[in-house]
Amino acid sequence: MRGITKTFGPVVANHNIDLDIREGEILSLLGENGSGKTTLMNMLSGIYFPDGGQIFLGDREVTIRSPKDAFDLGIGMIHQHFKLVDVLTATENIVLGLKEEGKLNLKAAAEKISAICQRYGFSVDPNQKVYNMSVSQKQTVEIVKVLYRGANVLILDEPTAVLTPQETNRLFDVLRNMRADGKSIVIITHKLHEVMAISDRVAVLRKGEFIGEVATKDTDPQKLTDMMVGRAVSLNIDRPLVEHRPIRLEVKNLTVKSPDGVKALDNVSFTACGGEILGIAGISGSGQKELLEAIAGLQHPLEGSHVIYYPPTSDEPIAGHHVPVDKKGEELLGKDPLQIHKIGVSMAFVPEDRLGMGLVGSMGMIDNMMLKSYREGRGPIADRKAPKVLAEQVRKELEVSTPSLTTPVRRLSGGNVQKVLVGREIASAPTVLMTAYAVRGLDINTSYTIYHLLNEQKAKGVAVIFVGEDLDVLLELCDRILVLCAGKVNGIVDGRNTTKEEVGLLMTNLRKEAQRV
Amino acid sequence: MIQLLQSAIVFGTVILFGALGEILTEKSGSLNLGVPGIMYLGGIAGLASAFAYESSTPDPNPLVCLLLSLVCAFLASMLGGLLFSFLTITLRANQNVTGLTLTIFGGGIANFFGGSLNKLAGGVGQISVAVTSGAYRTNIPALANLGWFGRIFLSHGFMVYLAIIMAIVLHWFLTRTRTGLNLRSIGESPATADAAGINVTRYKYLATCIGAGISGLGGLYYTMDYIKGTWASEGTIEALGWLAVALVIFAVWRPLNALWGSYLFGVLTWLYLYIPGLNRRSLELFRMLPYVVTIIVLIVVSLRRKPENQPPAHLGLPYFREER
Amino acid sequence: MSTVRHNEPFVRLVKRDGISRPKSWGIRIVAVLLALLISGLFIYSVTNLNPADVYKAMYEGALGTSRRQWITIRDAMVLLCISVGLAPAFKMRFWNIGAEGQILIGGCVTAWCMLYLGASLPTPALIILMAVMSLVAGALWGILPAIFKARWGTNETLFTLMMNYVAIQITSYCVALWENPSGSNTVGIINQQTKVGWFPAIFGQSYALNVVIVLALTVGMFAYLKYSKQGYEIAVVGESHNTARYAGIKLSRVIIRTMAISGAICGLAGFLAVSGVDHTISTNTAGGRGFTAIIVAWLAQFNTFIMVLISFLLVFLQKGATEIASQFNLNDFASEVITGIILFCIIGSEFFINYKLIFRKKKGGGKV
Repeated sequence: MRGITKTFGPVVANHNIDLDIREGEILSLLGENGSGKTTLMNMLSGIYFPDGGQIFLGDREVTIRSPKDAFDLGIGMIHQHFKLVDVLTATENIVLGLKEEGKLNLKAAAEKISAICQRYGFSVDPNQKVYNMSVSQKQTVEIVKVLYRGANVLILDEPTAVLTPQETNRLFDVLRNMRADGKSIVIITHKLHEVMAISDRVAVLRKGEFIGEVATKDTDPQKLTDMMVGRAVSLNIDRPLVEHRPIRLEVKNLTVKSPDGVKALDNVSFTACGGEILGIAGISGSGQKELLEAIAGLQHPLEGSHVIYYPPTSDEPIAGHHVPVDKKGEELLGKDPLQIHKIGVSMAFVPEDRLGMGLVGSMGMIDNMMLKSYREGRGPIADRKAPKVLAEQVRKELEVSTPSLTTPVRRLSGGNVQKVLVGREIASAPTVLMTAYAVRGLDINTSYTIYHLLNEQKAKGVAVIFVGEDLDVLLELCDRILVLCAGKVNGIVDGRNTTKEEVGLLMTNLRKEAQRV
Repeated sequence: MIQLLQSAIVFGTVILFGALGEILTEKSGSLNLGVPGIMYLGGIAGLASAFAYESSTPDPNPLVCLLLSLVCAFLASMLGGLLFSFLTITLRANQNVTGLTLTIFGGGIANFFGGSLNKLAGGVGQISVAVTSGAYRTNIPALANLGWFGRIFLSHGFMVYLAIIMAIVLHWFLTRTRTGLNLRSIGESPATADAAGINVTRYKYLATCIGAGISGLGGLYYTMDYIKGTWASEGTIEALGWLAVALVIFAVWRPLNALWGSYLFGVLTWLYLYIPGLNRRSLELFRMLPYVVTIIVLIVVSLRRKPENQPPAHLGLPYFREER
Repeated sequence: MSTVRHNEPFVRLVKRDGISRPKSWGIRIVAVLLALLISGLFIYSVTNLNPADVYKAMYEGALGTSRRQWITIRDAMVLLCISVGLAPAFKMRFWNIGAEGQILIGGCVTAWCMLYLGASLPTPALIILMAVMSLVAGALWGILPAIFKARWGTNETLFTLMMNYVAIQITSYCVALWENPSGSNTVGIINQQTKVGWFPAIFGQSYALNVVIVLALTVGMFAYLKYSKQGYEIAVVGESHNTARYAGIKLSRVIIRTMAISGAICGLAGFLAVSGVDHTISTNTAGGRGFTAIIVAWLAQFNTFIMVLISFLLVFLQKGATEIASQFNLNDFASEVITGIILFCIIGSEFFINYKLIFRKKKGGGKV
């Protein structure tokens, strides 16, 4: 790939990237979230079409416009979200859409699949239905599907994100067998130990730019981390220190299972204190969403989990921050989202599509302001005066640009949607404010507005939990940073004393022990 | 008893055609509630074409009658399916609303022309398509006289056997062929099918149109065999059409289940004639049975959550690839 | 060197961000005009009549005399009542295809009251009792599928559809039970002499009460959906179950409650049809209006005032078509054909309201 560029609107996802993929080699494509790894590979597999640059296969220039073109060239990609039909068997899924000669012979196909499995050391039951399969089995089916179509170049997008360590080892064995067979393999990842374990070569992307490539044997995790996260950038975000920091929320042994039976959160314990911003760092999908949802009452944690809330009182010890309080707290688990919200715990979660939860896209600002408060007031008629005042206020204070307060929020730009969401949550005067990805996709100025708002809340004594993607921001904004990795707490560090490298290493699970604050 | 089974098979065949067509359609993810309208279209097109032919020739040839009405019925029903496809697939209109409109429209067209035909022929029941209707009801006497077995199973016109063959062929098509596999995957997850290089739009169009054609044959069989080539505008076809939709659910979207299910529905419908002590009132309650049974099947299926028995996952939802 | 370019397709679809109100109504009016044109062609091709004459006859048929006007109003009111009943369910994205059955059940209960309590209760008390009973009956008929949907996710489209036929058979049973005269297989006009349980004439009009009830419902439902807390919940549930849960809304309660309301109003429509219009009960009491109302409710996008317009348009067409049928010796079903054509055109026009077509511009460099 030479000089590949791809832009989405104003965002440059990939800028002038050169990359070589060699036969019989495993290449790791390393980078943080949003560094453009997946976008780059999507252009190779025909999902996107590059805006500029050329792709060569051997010494022939090729154009790849659709996944089918990619297949015809022997390039296959295994996405993070599997594309399988649940009610069909493995074999049926594998032969789906193929235009082979002759009539459908599932038996022959099953034999061919078994042969592929044997060759590379998979185990897959060709007649098993997909809905009966574990995540790792589904992934195997996806890989076999690509091999069945005769792919020589396999791209795996974060293949280990959903696997257990044992399953990961098995996958790596298979990948090594494929390498021995002369296939080219690219794995997209941000887990350093896997890079070290499996790959021959590493290419690093950062913020859409190609940073460099090294042979794995010539490097070590520390060097790679430096390449990946780059030098710490100074953002000059305020971080006032609040003296009075009582414990507001205590999370003990919180364990949540995802629908596939994997532990999304594993024995998570921490405290959140008033007057403090607790940052939560981690690669995406480490359990951030489940953590916030569990506290907000939207998950059903396993037995033994506790989320205890200590309401503010007038006689709280002034300097007694971070020490267990002797007064009795209130268990939040088992309460419904509404009760929890009434107690004063509020959540502003900005999902990837920004609207999926928390805002009603077809409603205007006024109606969205009342999503959690519409029951207030007596009588069957919903009060729209207070929400209107509130909407007006949010619009003014956060500079939301909208044609009118009744314009459906779906039509607003992403930044404005987020302002509406965060503004509403702050306006409910919470004592614990949780935000996730509050600045996702926002421009710098708007981001600063939001940081400023959070700091204001903190100054008021609110316990703020801030789930973020950008390490630089976390490092400058948060008082403490909790690092999640695969559903576990890998460490809690002091935001003022830590370094980007330290957090980076914790995120990628290289160092288990970290200094406890 | 023999008579019961005989009439059950005749009755069942009408809804079997309707249900088979709808299974094909629903497997592609389209919920076409226009089945009754389509069956109307099939019925009237077959009847009108046969009438036109028979009244224009002094000596109509039974085979021509048969082919002509069959082709006309199939094409007219396909046009109904095409209209539905165009609105729901290309124009992305809501499937339920479009289907219901198609039912109103099909019923209107059929009864409008049916009434006109009656008038042309000189009164209700005067439409003379004796040759065509006769052709549809021809059986092989040698087989029909083979004792009770022959009378129940072998004494019918060819459409009964065509329906059986169609059920088997459809079963084979859906489970054993590449095209059938692709079709099922579209009904379950069009995005997956699209990614696998299957032309989702073309498949949906074809499945809906051909499905409508098959459903329409039910209407044709009804007019030609069941009421012997006449037209009555009293809404029976519509009731049968909805029964066909019920049968699809009852059969949990499987053609072979639809086969025995249709005869079961037939038996349930006529059973009252053979139960002593039923009066005219209780027989009306008795006729509720097929629907009640269908509701129970629907509930049981949703309770058991067995994936194979669920409606196609993408049934009734529109699909279009987002522009990148 | 050949730089291969992405070949832009000939027509591209772009979802509109929003469309101005006059423009969207303009599109709908064009659709109706187109439909009238197609219907005109249809009429011309089968009858060789001048479509203009035909449309004039239609107008005469629907609104020509004061009696006809009232009949048009009366029938539009029943259709409107059902559509208003369906509005909350559809706003919640719950496909209540079961209006037909809910109407019939409401109608059966009403007829039962008229027949068996007519002798013992005065008309005003009876009317109130019938209204309440039909509301309850319709609500029960609507709740049943809702419970299964809320609890186990049973497909509501298919469930409510089947419930229609159960209701039709119950109605047939009642008709056989109350048959009068015996052997006619109809119930006949109930209380023809005494007129007990018939809507009384107010303002000198026998159908004025229908209008009052239905318009009150229309305004009430509009306010309910737009201003009440429950209406707000319905809107949130219809938009996204996830968001509803996040806001602490109890999903199953809202689903069941909304279907109870929806079913109840449809049941009330049955009461209107029996007590206020037909004074008899038959399987044709609903007469497919339960299905037509679905289309009305959907096209009006839950706005009950727009439903008034669409209901009138459809009933106007039906009455008009019936008139042509008798004037020009066609049969009644012409009205269904015309209704179908109009509905298809309006349904199709929604596409042009939601999407923009962008044709490929003829510029150099578009191709290789």
